[in-house]
Amino acid sequence: MPYQPIKFYQTGSFVVGNRLLDQNERSVQSDTERLNSLTSGHRACQGCGEALGARYALDAVAKATGGRMIAANATGCLEVFSTPFPETSWRIPWIHSLFGNAPAVATGIAAAMHAKGRDDIRVVGQGGDGGTIDIGFGCLSGMFERNDDVLYICYDNEAYMNTGVQRSGATPPAARTATTQAVGPNPGNVFGQGKDMPRIAMAHEIPYVATATVAELRDLEAKVERAMSFRGARYIHVFVPCPLGWGSSSNDTIKLARLVKETGLFPVFEAEHGEVTAVSKIRRRIPVEEYLRPQRRYAHLFGEHGHPETIERIQALADRNIARYALLDDLPDSLKPPGSAVGRQVRWQSEDLSEQTSAMAILTETTGAH
Amino acid sequence: MLSQIEGSKAVADAIALCRPEVICAYPISPQTHIVEGLSALVKSGKLAGCEYVNVESEFAAMSVAIGASAAGARAYTATASQGLLYMVEAVYNASGLGLPIVMTVANRAIGSPINIWNDHTDTMSQRDCGWIQLYAETNQEAADLHIQAFKLAEELSLPVMVCMDGFILTHAYERVDMPNQEQVDAYLPAFEPRQVLDPAAPISIGAMVGPEAFTEVRFLAHHKQMQALDLIPEIATEFQEIFGRDSGGLVRPYRTEDAETVIVALGSVLGTIKDVVDERREAGEKIGVLGITSFRPFPMLAIRGVLRHAQRVIILEKALAIGLGGIVSDNVRNALSGITLKGNTVIAGLGGRAITKVSLHKLFDEARADRLERLVFLDMDYDLVQREIERTKQQRRSGSAAENILRDVGVVAARPA
Ligand SMILES: Cc1ncc(C[n+]2csc(CCOP(=O)(O)OP(=O)(O)O)c2C)c(N)n1
Ligand code: SF4
Ligand SMILES: [Mg+2]
Repeated sequence: MPYQPIKFYQTGSFVVGNRLLDQNERSVQSDTERLNSLTSGHRACQGCGEALGARYALDAVAKATGGRMIAANATGCLEVFSTPFPETSWRIPWIHSLFGNAPAVATGIAAAMHAKGRDDIRVVGQGGDGGTIDIGFGCLSGMFERNDDVLYICYDNEAYMNTGVQRSGATPPAARTATTQAVGPNPGNVFGQGKDMPRIAMAHEIPYVATATVAELRDLEAKVERAMSFRGARYIHVFVPCPLGWGSSSNDTIKLARLVKETGLFPVFEAEHGEVTAVSKIRRRIPVEEYLRPQRRYAHLFGEHGHPETIERIQALADRNIARYALLDDLPDSLKPPGSAVGRQVRWQSEDLSEQTSAMAILTETTGAH
Repeated sequence: MLSQIEGSKAVADAIALCRPEVICAYPISPQTHIVEGLSALVKSGKLAGCEYVNVESEFAAMSVAIGASAAGARAYTATASQGLLYMVEAVYNASGLGLPIVMTVANRAIGSPINIWNDHTDTMSQRDCGWIQLYAETNQEAADLHIQAFKLAEELSLPVMVCMDGFILTHAYERVDMPNQEQVDAYLPAFEPRQVLDPAAPISIGAMVGPEAFTEVRFLAHHKQMQALDLIPEIATEFQEIFGRDSGGLVRPYRTEDAETVIVALGSVLGTIKDVVDERREAGEKIGVLGITSFRPFPMLAIRGVLRHAQRVIILEKALAIGLGGIVSDNVRNALSGITLKGNTVIAGLGGRAITKVSLHKLFDEARADRLERLVFLDMDYDLVQREIERTKQQRRSGSAAENILRDVGVVAARPA
């Protein structure tokens, strides 16, 4: 039989096609028997990262539990677009109570299951970044601290999207939102604010914490699967682009999710009992500019009246992550801790990942002041 | 079995007899002894099959109860005062979702100024939240009402708040006839939810409802409470059959048959009022008391039936509707529409101020002499109030009213002149 070798780099996405894998290694979504926990017909925008992430994550939970699962959802886009009364997109038992209490509602369900001797039924709590790290923070921390048997998934689109794109504690610096307008001397969200929820989750020393993006959905599935192998509190923070809120093209959702990781702005890692256990390395490092430019929420940083110094500050944040999580195999000198030889020349590797091409443009840039 | 026990202990034991499956609570005086008691019962294994969750706030307490109840578990929590306000969003949510959660509120004042003592401001603030509200007069009734509350809640799929006066009841040692497990099991069937989170039959709970159906949904919540007007007396009758005790019901009239003056009140103060009424009856006055056990649903007809033949009704309430006067009064007046009689609102016992027999006698004397104003603040020191009003007229930066009054009272040192 003729055998055609496949190069994984051919697709430009590093994704291995399911057909090349063993049956048991294939993605949950490739399974015709998958639950479709969040099924078609919902009202999410085209290219909604949250809808995508939720579908993959919850189907992976369904697979891990044999469908014995219950979900508690915070108020937010995911809740609103999935359940326009009297319709629902959920094929799992699902409850929405309030904006800020999803982790506690999940705890209540888990307690009920335990009391009834139904520990085989597992509980998922979920919400947006606002519902998770801002208004739901107290309930989430309490759930973590008690180590309640709940997997909590945060779909981070970096603002309050459901109410019209206002700033949340997850909104990144310089990003324009409806409450951090692109006006004044420092347009967009300020620097030096916001919280790093995955690290806060780790500080609770819960069994499992992971981050993921909707660019690497098999990775997300694998992390959910891993999470379900633990009892106790678990947290997965999924980066989910929001075309409407970010002013990005619907067909750029996956691309942006990939770029954010490849810049280092969003470190993708796993941690168990408070210690980082695995890191997804950056494969081809790219400057933050490439991630920022396609998003209108950063438009004020570019062009004639742009803010190159702000882009540099954002680059510094990415560099800090790269150093902190050792996201590069060969840390460039410029990112090594002070004391080591500092080289000003950094080789960037860049590619337009939205195009299914292996062509790579290699360019050289200088870090530091423009 | 007769026992001389603390009110909180009686309630904790009564809750345990109801076989709750999830208890979640956050401590606040004067509720603490109840949840401590339950925690001990769960931790020692005496209350089996029950999860006790030490939550991080009252908002979480109600939310855990919501999750547990939606998953088909019998859920209980307790709170008071600031704690009740802290959970308000979830309190409304629980009733909106039709979850039969039972909650004890150990009635306490609301700050600021912070005050841990008893009045009814906390639960009165939640009168329109969709929960059934029952007020206990004694610790016996508090224990009994909790057992009835689960039955009522589960039959209607509505949450029930059992309100008992903080400290006055919760911390008082009284004789309580504690029911036994067989009785409670015979009275209270297993919880059979109307809808439940179940992977075998998945449903979505808590979806959005727009203007096309919201009014109807709200009406049905009201309709359920109207049904409760029938159910509450039925459940009390059934209770009497099994436990041999008259407890609960909508209202409790006492010596009202020929009464010209009827005092209306809720909770433990009814005991004091009854004593005063007995004394005045001996002196020949035609006076009686109407205790309201069910404040929500509000038993309009029952109240109207008792008060319609009176000439004067004095409503004594432990909460103040600031900017209006009385909350209970307002409701009672509604029940009396079309009937002319004299009415007084007496605001009493705020922040734990004792309501004494002496004060009540004076109050009723004034009423009898027709000298009582429409809105009266029992035992209020008008002098103190006047002094503070003067101060605020004289200086812009007059400071904290509470602190100034405490200085005038002499509780804290006077300011150097
Ligand atoms: C107590 C409360 N405050 C505010 C709101 C309004 N609100 C509903 S959804 C939402 C934003 C949700 O943002 P996020 O959690 O990030 O989810 P997203 O919509 O972005 O997915 C807000 C502010 C509310 N429903 N409840
Ligand atoms: S606004 Fe954003 S998060 Fe909400 S549905 Fe649209 S794309 Fe998804
Ligand atoms: Mg968001």
